[in-house]
Amino acid sequence: MREVFADALLIAAKDLRIEARSRVLVNQVAPFALLVLVLFGFALDADQRTLRTFAPGLLWVAVLLASLLAVQRSTSLEHADGAHTGLRLSGMAPSSVFLGKAAAVFVQLAVLEVLLVVGIVVLYGSTVEDPLLLVVSGLAAGVSVAATGTLYGALASGLGVRETLLPILLLPVLAPVLIGATRAFDDALGAAAVDGWAWLGLLVVFGLVATVLGALAHGALIED
Amino acid sequence: MTHLAYLVAGWGIALVVLGVYGFGLLRRGRRLTGQVPAGQRRWLTSPGDDGRGG
Amino acid sequence: MTGRRDTTGSAGSRLLGVSALVGVAVLLLFAFVLTDPDVRVHPTTGEEFGQFDAVRLLYLHVPMAVLTYAAYILCAAASVGYLVRRTPWWDVTAYAAAEVGTVFCGLVLVTGSIWGRPVWNTWWEWGDVRLMTTLVLFLLFLGYLALRRTTVDPRHQARRAAVVALVAVLDIPLVNRSVEWWENRTLHQQSTLAELKIQDLTLFTLMLGFVVFGLVGAWLLLHRFRVGWLEQAAAEHGVAMAIAERHAELDMPDVDAAVGDAGDGP
Repeated sequence: MREVFADALLIAAKDLRIEARSRVLVNQVAPFALLVLVLFGFALDADQRTLRTFAPGLLWVAVLLASLLAVQRSTSLEHADGAHTGLRLSGMAPSSVFLGKAAAVFVQLAVLEVLLVVGIVVLYGSTVEDPLLLVVSGLAAGVSVAATGTLYGALASGLGVRETLLPILLLPVLAPVLIGATRAFDDALGAAAVDGWAWLGLLVVFGLVATVLGALAHGALIED
Repeated sequence: MTHLAYLVAGWGIALVVLGVYGFGLLRRGRRLTGQVPAGQRRWLTSPGDDGRGG
Repeated sequence: MTGRRDTTGSAGSRLLGVSALVGVAVLLLFAFVLTDPDVRVHPTTGEEFGQFDAVRLLYLHVPMAVLTYAAYILCAAASVGYLVRRTPWWDVTAYAAAEVGTVFCGLVLVTGSIWGRPVWNTWWEWGDVRLMTTLVLFLLFLGYLALRRTTVDPRHQARRAAVVALVAVLDIPLVNRSVEWWENRTLHQQSTLAELKIQDLTLFTLMLGFVVFGLVGAWLLLHRFRVGWLEQAAAEHGVAMAIAERHAELDMPDVDAAVGDAGDGP
């Protein structure tokens, strides 16, 4: 068991090291996420007060769209130069690979979330009323998206149509996360009178199920 | 009859779509049976039969 | 296997098909002629209200909804079956069930919307639990079908598709729960099955609808299964033919001796 986590840590560190060197998240994904916020601003043509009401939802839509890029990137790392064969031959358990990659995606999403919260504070005038709820629900949602995304990234990989297939596979599954995270952030940002902590429960359940399921299924998918 | 347009639209769309889909299946079936020689059309065997490559 | 078999039809499926068609005709008779519209009189103002003739759409919409769930449950079960047994039969069944289910699901959404316009005064309602769940279900399986249509090693595809189907089915309760909490208002609840004066004839017609669409669904599923099975057989046959052609091209007795005579198929 310890080996599974140790290997996962290795994989996560590898992915994050690649990110540190290539800076795809920083240079491409993060600007994209911010761009989505800006586009909403243009499209909704609304004053800050209205945008503040919608800010949580807009933020999480931006996160979901950006997560597509992050997951694509994570999956493509394994297919460059046949790296996934090397990974398989290394004898690491597939669940370690899953956990490691999901963890790396999670870290990237967490960074994105922080960036986007700053974004909505600045662009939409949101105020953080319950920072604890914000952080915890952000983490839970991040885990949910990262785990589900990594699983579907593997499902859609190697098909030559991954870029167009992944969104339509992944996004419907994440509907509960979008709803839950938005409601939790509604509460945390004071945008609506909602019990955010109840929604946190849903997010935690989703995150747990996604992680366990992903670890199990990843094995079935990789094995030949 | 009230709401006649809705009734016609609803029932009409449903029956047409199901009909078109059904015909599509029959046509696909006809085309495929042409491609597969008689000895290999195993759908007539009982369920659970292991097809090739199973 | 005797006789002309150039279609996917068989004696059984033709009987099923004819029954289904006759059933549809009978159902139409009941739905449009023999049953009454839903008309109620307001106790104080005396004016009439209710669904009026729009209720006749329910004899279509509700049975198809039940069939959708049945088909998707079958797909999930067949997906589990495939992951456990790994035989093509389970895989073909899962694909067939998903496709038929998605056709019905799309129709459920469309007929529901058409019914909703005169009755709820809106084509769509965000926050209605059943609507949202059905919509997400539809999208989930659109994704499944999209995955299925990518050309890749059939075994890998079967495995991936099975996982997608299972995750989709597991996701549904979560979607349901989250939408339910989200708005807590559901027009579906003010629904109609409870409100309707379910006289014997209305109930009977509804039950008839279940049976008739069950027959239609079974016929579609049967043929879709056969088509799927033939698709796999055709693909394998194609590969075998290609191999045989290569051997014919080579025409080397040494190769034949080494490999064995592959001319009569796999």
